[in-house]
Amino acid sequence: MNAPILLNTSHFEQPWTLGNYLKVGGYQALRRIIESKMSADEIIAEVKLSGLRGRGGAGFPTGLKWSFMPKNYEGDKYLVCNSDEGEPGTCKDRDILRFNPHSLIEGMAIAAYTMKVKVGYNYVHGEIYEAYERMEEACEEARKAGYLGNNILGSGFEFDLHNHLGYGAYVCGEETALLESLEGKKGQPRFKPPFPASFGLYGKPTTINNTETFASIPYIIREGGKKFADMGVPNSGGVKLFSVSGHVNNPGNFEVPLGTPFKKLLEMAGGVRNGNKLKAVIPGGSSMPVLPGEIMMDLNMDFDSIAKAGSYLGTGAVIVMDETTCMVKALERLSYFYFEESCGQCTPCREGTGWLYRIVHRIETGEGRPEDLDLLLSLCENIAGRTICALGDAAAWPVQGFLKHYRSEFEYHIEHKRCLVKA
Amino acid sequence: MLSDQIQTQINRELGKYPANQKQSAVMAALRFVQDEKGWISDDDMADIAVVLDMPQMSVYEVATFYHMYNLKPMGKHMLTVCTNISCMLCGSAETVAHLSKRLGIGLGEVTADGKYGLREGECMGACVDAPMFTINNKKLCGRLTNEKIDQILAELDKQ
Repeated sequence: MNAPILLNTSHFEQPWTLGNYLKVGGYQALRRIIESKMSADEIIAEVKLSGLRGRGGAGFPTGLKWSFMPKNYEGDKYLVCNSDEGEPGTCKDRDILRFNPHSLIEGMAIAAYTMKVKVGYNYVHGEIYEAYERMEEACEEARKAGYLGNNILGSGFEFDLHNHLGYGAYVCGEETALLESLEGKKGQPRFKPPFPASFGLYGKPTTINNTETFASIPYIIREGGKKFADMGVPNSGGVKLFSVSGHVNNPGNFEVPLGTPFKKLLEMAGGVRNGNKLKAVIPGGSSMPVLPGEIMMDLNMDFDSIAKAGSYLGTGAVIVMDETTCMVKALERLSYFYFEESCGQCTPCREGTGWLYRIVHRIETGEGRPEDLDLLLSLCENIAGRTICALGDAAAWPVQGFLKHYRSEFEYHIEHKRCLVKA
Repeated sequence: MLSDQIQTQINRELGKYPANQKQSAVMAALRFVQDEKGWISDDDMADIAVVLDMPQMSVYEVATFYHMYNLKPMGKHMLTVCTNISCMLCGSAETVAHLSKRLGIGLGEVTADGKYGLREGECMGACVDAPMFTINNKKLCGRLTNEKIDQILAELDKQ
């Protein structure tokens, strides 16, 4: 089967129903931990053994994150799922929400059991309203069947999950901005520390994981962490959903083991459109540095391979660009995005992202100056690492990546006031 | 005044959050107003502030921070076209051009009869279906071609 875990219901006509989820072993893991009274330490050990790393972009080990929650805390604690999938190129969580919502619910219920949390929130990207509605229905279905609520599977274990719809703010994908947003405020990131595990939603201990991360949990508990880890490669355990978009014949989400060669993934996406030559690939969502096609063709899709080549696996969103792509124009659009989405809290990002965009824009429109490229790089150095959240880095990395590999195209634009590439 | 329907929707939403955290429902409340009226006025924000027991200024902050709230009328059918990287690579400029030509308006504008509005949006998180637009922030239409756009417009014309 092509989709062994995350999209394991995709062969059904209605993959999202509880009935179909149960047919593929759904809720068995939750039932087993409750009936066998599996301890939190045992569950966390299994998750650590699986090698599961956060699928939202940062790749933080999930088991370790869970172990940060205070164990003997008496008051309220919260569990939050980050389904605010807005990193350009990324649309994998949308398919989990639409097609396998119960895998997320079960994963969150297992996490809640482990960390003794009674209430969870699933924060859904505003633009995918249909996925939000699907989740609302799935939660209601799970409540009625006793998989959510105040007496889960008759055990007395209590956990309820609510969906919260975002409404158009990229920065809310940052976990502390997301918490602010859940509290009904502007989504402006918080200083860390304190980290959410000690001061999270409503000031209470909170664990936040990505949708795909939670959706991987039921399999890990059901089949064992080792089996999951062994599907991937060392330091990149398990399978992952890759969103392949841009200049390919068959764009889509593909669930493959980590460590799968990029070449194979590109083949699954039907290859470069019209048989064109591959030019460049952004391997992990728009914030990650771009890599030339010939480098990508030799890489495997896992955390270490991509990092060694000078980029990051990020969210696993693979944006493919063929030979007709003008790299100046591509960067101009990305820089506009970060400028548009800066929350305005930190000066280097608020002012710097606009400055980056204006410079790339003038290069694209034939008004670039020879000193602009060094100015861009200097700006990047003064933004990255100097802001409260990672949006500053996210704005700087694409500029640095594009200039590292395609500087000559930018120079051509500045010198000739037109594009090197014939569109 | 908020309609009974909006009030009911807000009450349902309030059930999701702790009793002393009513402000958490502000994003939903603004959305319900927009769904009913097409846009959100200062008076609506004042009403929401009373219902959720929060400062009117804080409602205004939220309404202006998130891009999908309309602070002016944007037409009966508001089309928001994504022009971000994956959509751009797949021809979103052509999508915008075709819509502009068909509707006779540019980005950020509304047709004279108030029937259509056209906006540029940021990444909608559905990049494998590029190029795309949403209708009234609810329905996402992807893998657009000029023919497909014409079909969708023909459907909307009837409504």
